[in-house]
Amino acid sequence: MDMLSIKNLHANVEGKEILKGINLEIKAGEVHAIMGPNGSGKSTLASVLAGREEYEVTAGEVIFTDKELLEMSPEDRAREGLFLAFQYPVEIPGVSTTNFIRAAVNEKRKYHDLEPLDSVAFLKIMKEKMKLVEIDQSLLSRSINEGFSGGEKKRNEIFQMAMLEPKMAILDETDSGLDIDALRIVAKGINKLRSPDRAVLVITHYQRLLDYIQPDYVHVLYNGQIVKSGTRELALELEEKGYDFITDEVDSTANNL
Amino acid sequence: MIDLTYFKAQFEQLQMEDPDANFTALRQENFDKFNIAGLPNYRTEEWKYTGISNIFNQIYLPGGHTLTTADVDPFRIPGHHKANELVFVNGRFDAKLSNILSDETEMVVLSLKDAANGKYGPLISKHLNSSNVLIKDGIHALNGAFITEGAFIYIPKSKVPEHPLYIYHLLDSRAQPTMAQPRSLIYLAENSSLQLTETYHTLGTADSFCNAVVEVVVEQNAFLEYYKIQNDRANANQVNTTHISQIGKSYVHTVAVTLNGGTVRNNLNLILDAEGNETHLYGLYLLKGKTHADNHTLIDNRQPNCYSNQLYKGIADDFSTAVFNGRIMVQPDAQKTNSFQSNRNILLSDNATINTKPQLEIFADDVKCSHGCTVGQLDEEALFYLRARGIPKEQAQVLLLQAYAADVLAEIKSLAVRAYVEKLVYEHLSIL
Repeated sequence: MDMLSIKNLHANVEGKEILKGINLEIKAGEVHAIMGPNGSGKSTLASVLAGREEYEVTAGEVIFTDKELLEMSPEDRAREGLFLAFQYPVEIPGVSTTNFIRAAVNEKRKYHDLEPLDSVAFLKIMKEKMKLVEIDQSLLSRSINEGFSGGEKKRNEIFQMAMLEPKMAILDETDSGLDIDALRIVAKGINKLRSPDRAVLVITHYQRLLDYIQPDYVHVLYNGQIVKSGTRELALELEEKGYDFITDEVDSTANNL
Repeated sequence: MIDLTYFKAQFEQLQMEDPDANFTALRQENFDKFNIAGLPNYRTEEWKYTGISNIFNQIYLPGGHTLTTADVDPFRIPGHHKANELVFVNGRFDAKLSNILSDETEMVVLSLKDAANGKYGPLISKHLNSSNVLIKDGIHALNGAFITEGAFIYIPKSKVPEHPLYIYHLLDSRAQPTMAQPRSLIYLAENSSLQLTETYHTLGTADSFCNAVVEVVVEQNAFLEYYKIQNDRANANQVNTTHISQIGKSYVHTVAVTLNGGTVRNNLNLILDAEGNETHLYGLYLLKGKTHADNHTLIDNRQPNCYSNQLYKGIADDFSTAVFNGRIMVQPDAQKTNSFQSNRNILLSDNATINTKPQLEIFADDVKCSHGCTVGQLDEEALFYLRARGIPKEQAQVLLLQAYAADVLAEIKSLAVRAYVEKLVYEHLSIL
């Protein structure tokens, strides 16, 4: 079954076209990676899928588990089971992480006509998931991301993913700003969350994250379009030859037209 | 429409009916001032952004009241069983409705009149109306012209009352528009301490106007914690003046919270009249509808080595208006003054207005004073982050606004009062 189906997606930011016709099909259980040079539109794609309002979709459609994703508010997308791990998680002083996650979990349950979790049940699940992604209690009793290191912020993202149990997770440059130890812990957490009924879209500039999270498919995004798709070997090839070997090819084709 | 003749008739009647020699001359002095100054209008700098002339477009009838303790119940602060409760109805201190737990060795509560005629007479004649030094306008003089059934609170030397003091101001406008002019004098003797909370409520749907004045004197090593909670009806208007004289080296900590109301004008004036005084002023206003809240603070530094810190924060939504005017005076003798002021605002609507003005007047040459004010919007990035986790926009906004208010609310040291205010704030924000 298709988890996410993107067809001919075009999107503008401040009048400038960034996405120029994206096509992508992701099935449950699959892990896809989108790679590409800076400015190719990777983060824009993540933002459009999550529902950031400053991005204007000008054409195309996105079907997420049989529903029109682009018609939904960001909160409904989340409650339908879409999760975006932010490239730059926001610090929100004054809002406790635990209360926030509990509110998020219960909002999702409410949306699906489930009773809200009481404190005891919530804490029990929280303990389990904390162990799973190796996050410390002390971080969760603080305000959201306030004073967290880069690694702690990303670990908190993965913890939220574990708590919300999404159908589809988009990891936007989750590796950026992480040292190798932090990267390993975060990747380990993500791998534990892989499952046959969950799809993952990993957005990254570097192949190193893919050493830890092995994707089924790799796509290269360049100038707002997916210009090449392949298996894991494509990422290794990119690592070896750099993006030039693809972008040059695309540019010369364009020039020859 | 009320004019001078209306007040003059009432004034003369009061002077006749209540010819207490302790007050008649004082009233006359204030009435003469009112007579000259009239009601404030936007042409005076202090009232540039806050108009109160509309309040006087109708007649307010004076009169007694029929309230019982049951009428007070809905307005009590949870945990009030462990507090001294003072009730004012229509501006008059009502000893029968009040409930004082502390005994006289810890806290003296009297009507102003009884106090003036007893052993506290000299204190009252010395300090009652001392707020006139810093505030000259007609509306303030009007309160002084009608001093009658006020309250006098005295904390004896070295006493720390076990129970806090809650003062409830009730205005009964069920039958007609009501005006009240409560007056209190509070005295903290050496080494004493007081935790005081004041709230304001209108019963009934007709308009109300409360012109309140509290004067507080704080002696050497005394400690005052003072919370003012304003959450009244949309047609309840208020001019509220608090004047605090720190006559000995002492510590004052205030938090003013304004939620609902019509036009609300707060004057918080402090005279730091002893070396080494310390003062902390916090304010929070969360405005919606057509509420207009104006916080004027004035710190008059008269002696060396005083410290003051002010943080006022607010939100203006719908058609509301927030005004902040923070005046700091440093007199020539007040060397080594440290005075800091910050005012932060969030505008939530295109139709809301915020006017903020720091006003520093420094006549000493070795001082540290700083001020800052900001007007901004809610953090869109944070809002999106919460929504991207499934929290609906409205609730995400409430969470962020609660977080915004949290640091001021944390300054309410009384857990009972803080819990009470946090609940009010949450309910208020949830329907913002």
